[in-house]
This record gives sequence, C-alpha cells and structure tokens, in this order.
Amino acid sequence: MSGTFVGMPAFPEAAHEAVRNETLRGNLRHATHTIRAKRAKAVAEVSDWAALRDAGKRIKDHTLRHLDRYLEQLEASVTAAGGTVHWAADADEANRIVAGLVKETGESEVVKVKSMATQEIGLNEALEAEGIRAYETDLAELIVQLGKDRPSHILVPAIHRNRGEIRDIFEREMSEWGRPAPEGLTDTPAELAEAARLHLREKFLRAKVGISGANFMVAETGTLVVVESEGNGRMCLTLPETLISVVGIEKIVPTWRDLEVFLQTLPRSSTAERMNPYTSMWTGTTDEDGPRDFHLVLLDNGRTDTLADEVGRQALRCIRCSACLNVCPVYERAGGHAYGSVYPGPIGAILSPQLRGTQSEIDASLPYASSLCGACYEVCPVAIDIPEVLVHLRERVVEGGPAVREGNKVVLRPAKGHAAERAAMRAARWAFTHPGALRGGQRLASRTRRIHPRSLPGPGKAWSGTRELPAVPAEPFRDWWQRTQGGKGGAK
Amino acid sequence: MSSRERVLGRVRRALADVPKDDTPYEQAVVREYLREHGERSVAETVDLLAENLADYRAVVHRCPQGELTAVIGRLLAERGARTVVVPPGLDVGWLAATDAEQVPDAGSDTPDGLDRVDSVVTACALAIAETGTIVLDGSPDQGRRRITLVPDHHICVVRVPDQVVSSVPQALERLDPARPLTWISGPSATSDIELDRVEGVHGPRTLEVVLVGE
Amino acid sequence: MRVALFLTCVNDTLYPDTGRAVVKLLTRLGVEVDFPMAQTCCGQAHYNTGYRHEAEPLARHFSDVFGEYEAIVTPSGSCGAMVRELYPRMGERARAEGRGDTLAATLAPVVPKTYELTEFLVDVLGVTDVGAYYPHKVTYHPTCHGLRGLGLGDRPRRLLQAVEGLELVELPGADECCGFGGTFALKNSDVSAAMGADKVRNAESTGAEVLCAADNSCLMHIGGTMARLETDMRPVHIAEILASTDKEPAV
Repeated sequence: MSGTFVGMPAFPEAAHEAVRNETLRGNLRHATHTIRAKRAKAVAEVSDWAALRDAGKRIKDHTLRHLDRYLEQLEASVTAAGGTVHWAADADEANRIVAGLVKETGESEVVKVKSMATQEIGLNEALEAEGIRAYETDLAELIVQLGKDRPSHILVPAIHRNRGEIRDIFEREMSEWGRPAPEGLTDTPAELAEAARLHLREKFLRAKVGISGANFMVAETGTLVVVESEGNGRMCLTLPETLISVVGIEKIVPTWRDLEVFLQTLPRSSTAERMNPYTSMWTGTTDEDGPRDFHLVLLDNGRTDTLADEVGRQALRCIRCSACLNVCPVYERAGGHAYGSVYPGPIGAILSPQLRGTQSEIDASLPYASSLCGACYEVCPVAIDIPEVLVHLRERVVEGGPAVREGNKVVLRPAKGHAAERAAMRAARWAFTHPGALRGGQRLASRTRRIHPRSLPGPGKAWSGTRELPAVPAEPFRDWWQRTQGGKGGAK
Repeated sequence: MSSRERVLGRVRRALADVPKDDTPYEQAVVREYLREHGERSVAETVDLLAENLADYRAVVHRCPQGELTAVIGRLLAERGARTVVVPPGLDVGWLAATDAEQVPDAGSDTPDGLDRVDSVVTACALAIAETGTIVLDGSPDQGRRRITLVPDHHICVVRVPDQVVSSVPQALERLDPARPLTWISGPSATSDIELDRVEGVHGPRTLEVVLVGE
Repeated sequence: MRVALFLTCVNDTLYPDTGRAVVKLLTRLGVEVDFPMAQTCCGQAHYNTGYRHEAEPLARHFSDVFGEYEAIVTPSGSCGAMVRELYPRMGERARAEGRGDTLAATLAPVVPKTYELTEFLVDVLGVTDVGAYYPHKVTYHPTCHGLRGLGLGDRPRRLLQAVEGLELVELPGADECCGFGGTFALKNSDVSAAMGADKVRNAESTGAEVLCAADNSCLMHIGGTMARLETDMRPVHIAEILASTDKEPAV
C-alpha cells in the first residue's frame, strides 16, 4: 500500500498517543455518535433490511466464487462499450499504467474523485514523481491534501479534524494550491463548503484528465458506478476528455439488477441517507457526452491473496460504507491513523493484514486491535463476520502456517514477540486439562492472598496501571462445593 | 506472461479449495427483499416523492400541465436568471414564458462558458418516490450530463404519475444501462465536516423539481 | 432435570459468590444442580487470542465433562457464546484442515444444551419473577457476547424488573463494549482503559448504586476501573441479585 504508512509503529503504541489527545477524542466521539444514531434510523426505515443484507452477501459470495469468469465478462463488455481495460497485478504496475496514460494526453495535472484504491496504491505520490500533479476534489480529501495529513476514515478521511481546524488549514494552505480562501472565512460548515467550491471550480473547468475509482462494476453491461454527495465526482467523470478509473477486482457484481440491493444498503450504511445526492453510472463512452477516452485499470494488489484464504476472503465483500468504523469503540478512541493504513477501523484490521501480509509490526498488531465486541458485524451491510476473521488472523500471527503472497503459496513463520504468550497459553492448556493442577494453583492463590501486591510488575502493569486487581477469595468455589456438599450440608 | 493472465491465474488458484459449484446465478442469489416498501395508491406515491425530495432540500412545485410554462417562467424570473441552458429535445413550449436568454446544449461549448450560465431546465427519465430521487439518462429532453452540473440552478420537470416509480428496484428495471445515468437526490451536499450534512458544494446548489400532472 | 453448573474458570477462582448465588437461585426454583468437579475452562481465551489448536483439548475436555447432562447452565455470556457459537466453528475448521469430522462430532452434543443463566431461567424454566428481593438502584450493562453473540435481548432486564425493591435505571450507551475483551485488556490497555472509564462515567451518570451484568470478566474490568476512579458504585453479577431474598439479602 501507500508508502506514507511505511514504518508505522504497532497499533497499541500509536493508540497510546491518540487516546491522550483530547481534541481528537472529542472530534471522533462527536462525529461517530452523530452518524451512529442517523444510520440506525435510516436502516430502521426499511422493513426488509435483513433480506437486503443477505442478498448483498450472496451476490458478493457468488461473484467471488466465479471471479475469473466475471472479470472476463466485464472486460468484454467494457471493451464493447468503447472503453480500454488494463490489468495491474500490484500497486507499482497500476501506478505505471496510470502515469503512462496521463503522459499520453500531454497533461501535467489531473483531478481526482475520492477513491480508496488510488489511496491504497499511493497514486498521488507516484504521479508526483513523474511530474504530474493530482488534485483531490472530495472535500475531506482536500482537507487531508492541503493539511499534508493522512486519511483517518474511509468515508470522511478528515473526520479527525473539527471545523476550526479545517478553517485554519484552508486559510493557511489554499493559496499554495490555487485560489486562496475567502477573506474572513469562518468555521461554519456552509462557509467551509463554499470555500472548497470556489477553490476547486477553476480546476474542474480546466481539467483534461479525471481519475476515479468505482463503487461497483457490472459484468453483464460493463457499467461503472460512482456514489457521491458533493458533485465533485460528476465533475471529474464528465468534464475531462480522458477518464481513468482504478478499481479493485472485487468490485464486480454480475448483473444490472444486483445494483438494486447495494443502492439501497450503501447510502443508508454510509451517510445514513435514503439516497446519496449523486450517483453516476457510465458504460464505456458516449458520443458528445463526457470523456472521449475511458480506461479501466483492474487492480489486484493482494486481493487474490486474500481470496485464497477461505476464512479471510469474506473481507472482499466489503463495499466500503464505513458503518463498522462508526460503531467501533476502539476506532472511536484510537482514531484512524493508529491503523497505519488507508483502511482503518474494523474492516481495516482485517483487510490490511491480508492485502499486505502479517509480516510488519503494524500488520501483525492489527488483528488484536479489537475487543471482539461484534458491533461491526452487526451493522455490516454485507454481513462480514469481522470478529471471526480477526481471530483467524490472530491465529496466523501466532501460529504461522500456509498462506498465499503475491500469488505464491508460502508457509509463514509465527510472528516474533509472542514466545512468552505462547508458553503461557500452553501451560494454561496443560493445567486446564489436568483439573488437579488447576485446583492446586487456585489453592495456592487463595492461601497467599494476603501477600498479593496491589499492582503488578512487567506485563501485568498493562492491567494494574488503570484498574484495581480483583481480590482473591478465601477459597475457590470448588472447595466450597466439596466442603458443603453443594451447599446442602456443613458450614456455608 | 501478461498481467491479465497473471491475475486470472491467481484468481483460479485462489479458488482451488472451493468445491466445483455450478449453481446458477439465479439460484445462488436469493432475493427475499421487497420490490417496494409498503402499499400506496398512485397519488400517495407521488406525495411520497414530493415529501422525500423536500426532505433533502429540493424545492418542490406541483402544477397541472396547462400551467407548466407559467411556473417555469416564474421560477426563472424569481431566480433572476438571465441565461438558461436548454437541452435539444426539450418541449419548446416550456420556455415560452421566460425572458431569459436560451443557450443551446451544443457539443462544442466549453465548461467555462457553461459556468457563466445561470440556470438549466430539463425533463427526466424517471423519479423514485421512496428515496426522493430523479434520474437523468441523457435523452434529448435532458441533454448532456454537464449541463445539469455546472449551472448553479436546476429546474427538473417530472411528469406525474407516469414517470414516478416507488422504489430503487423498479427504477433499475426501467432504465437503460447503455445510457449515461445521473441519479440526483436533492442539491449537492457534503457530510465531510464532522459527519454533519451541509447542502451546496459543487453541483447545483438549488434544485427545483416541478411535478406536472395531467 | 439434571442440570450441570458450568461456572467457568474465572468464577471458580475469583468469584465463588457468583457460583453460590447460582446454586441458591436454581435450588430455590426447584432445579437439582450438580457441579462436575472435573470442569476447568472452555478455551475461550486461547481461541480468541489465536491459539485455536491449544483450545481444542479444552473443548474436548468440556464435552467429556458435560456431555451426559440434560442442560448446562453458565453465569457467563461470553463462555456460553464460546460453546454455542465457536465450538461448531472449531469443528468446521478442523474439517477444513483435513482432520475429518471427529472434533465436530465430539463437540456437537454440548452445543444445543448450553445455556447462559438468564436464558435458562426465561426460556427453559419459563420464569421472569424469581422471587428475589434487592432494595437498590441498579443499572444494567449488557455484555457484548451476551447481547450480540447469544442474543439475550431483554431477558436480563425482564428478570431484574421483576425483582422486588429494585429500581432499574437506563444506562446511557449501554450497548457499547466496556473494553474488557479478554487479552485485549492487556494488549491494548490504553484503549481498553479509555473504554472502561467511559463506561464507568456513563454508569455514574445514572445515579445507581450498582452496575449489574451477566459476566464477571467484564465486571472485573469495570469494577477495577470503578475502584481506581474511586466511584461509589459497585459491580454485581446478576445471579447475586436474583439469588437475593428478603430473608437472605445480598449486600
């Protein structure tokens, strides 16, 4: 994924800072709680939500099961409609293809619709290295780009910023990139949106090349779909002469009709609306309307490795709605940056270690960035059992084992740093399969209880730093049970 | 080996554990969800459309066919529109009562030129009551996608009840995927500041929908 | 009905009062309770930390110990969910690893007859008024595995509402995780502690004396946080409230 995240510390260290940042905590609490309540209301409005969710899951599962066939069908229909299809096995290849296409147009700047896939491959940085400037046009992406910041949310990459901070960024940075912020800009959201409108207008009107992702690609018709709110998507998809869309191979649905499911579940899950303000659908090119040249870059970049994992592959059903981020208590407190990836939150914790592998420190720590509370699974509109995949990936981290990396079968070694834990788990397993040993331990704990310390040294500090330890009782339950014959006789 | 072959080969190897499954798509995808939500009369469906359009800040007007020209003339005048873009196939009668200069949707104009136009008047392909959505499909009475995007004021005429469907599934059934489609639900908006919705970003900041009856 | 109490290793070692309360409550309701002495641990901590293969012998042991009973009752939503939700999954994974159906077949008998305590009371015994007396102001925290895993729904609340003298007050943000999460509490202690502190602050805002839940591991975390933050509230397991009577009140 993007080079921006190389060398990220493990999740707990990154979260350590975030938890102490009161402004960040306040911003995230406010935003996630606002959207949480709205989503619940929008979902409750449709009586058949469970059936829509089930259909969405089935459509995606069926597609993934026959992904080769649907990819070939999509390629044929896009080509027949006047588009050109490119295939990219990894980020570098996708970046090379896009940079090459931009250079062929002779242009040195592009306008971009918000796209997770291009964030994932670090396209902006790759284009910069080739002398091509990429302008982000989604309001939140603009805030991130102007603030030289990193995205922290799938839907609202600048969720970690409040209105005051956004105002300051606009006032300070807009002039560097084009039209400066209006004089006397205040922090009201309407004025901030207006400032973005004015700043980006000139860029839209002169743009010759647009770059996008897509929410859906329909195999039978070759139609691409972009779901958005602001109109920046429509600008980038219709005004430029050349349109390049970089899309993950898992974004396919088989038929036109399948959209009837996702166009109901996606808006309600993401922005909590009955329908988002704008949805664009295009099939190849249209004479005299929109771009003359349309290129579709189909991106693998770890997706087929993910597909090879029979438990983990369900992550590829994701439609990037971000409902799981908004309900996640860990995300709310740690913030998106701690996940060290463009995919933060619960879905990021299962996607990043699969797309990138579990070798790095951050990726090995992500499966543990969850209390397994299950709120994410409950809201997921395609029923991804995120806790199940988290636990599965924990197993991959501690046990290693077979996996697929870049299309090749490999046997992973257990991650470093789990030796003491592994020994403890084995010892506990031994004791728990020998009830006598367990009892001996319990009795020892009870008899020595008066000399137990109130806080623990070493790794135990992780508990006693913020919480009192429970007092050990005078006798374990089993001793009482035996002594009193189940409470029937003897002393209570 | 081409990247195409590499990716397709990886997909096939990744699915090696999956038992051969020839369940046809129609059986694999169970659709127990509703074709539409609730039972409504035709008139109630139109009312719901009006309600949901307004809920997302579109300005809704209703009139009989005979008053449409006057309503469009009035809306343009109230807006103070001096210029209005006209799709090539728009009913010429609709603009008979406006003084605004009519700019044709010619294929050659520049985005800059379009940016100087005040308003645009179009028909639509259909409207969806449950979501408060109008859909444009680039037909001659709607024009190219850009003309409903760059001007800041869009007046869209919906013929009720025949252009109104209840639900998203019903809408997709009636639309042609080969045409460029734009689904519009209210004026442009953003939730990017503190996840709170604000209307008015890059698309038209004022969307007026005229529901025109028999 | 021959009912086995699956107390859980945490309760056996640290919270024997909860075990005694379950015995007292069920006995009062006419249920004959047995405590199989060979019971140890369901393997949840192993499984959820990534040591599925270490959890397998514990699951087999559980099945050996409890297989013969008509019903297995546990005062823990998360250990109940381990047996009901995750034992079948362990069987499936073993099958997928080419180890045949043996594990699935061994674990299958205990799965449908394992009940969390409030489920057993409401669904199997069909009671909501258990004849309890508890004159305190209480707020209820639904723990995650009980709420979303087992789908306990309003069962615990119905039981509490029927307790004489008990004033039940709504906990703001009740559905949110308290931040325990097993080894999560240690591996991500900062986030865990922040979640715990928020939960305690919400509980304090209710003015209740007691925070009640159906899982002592969560209560250990919440109670430890309460003690550190020096609040006046106490964590109490729901079994102890339901066991409390006029004659023998719990404190």
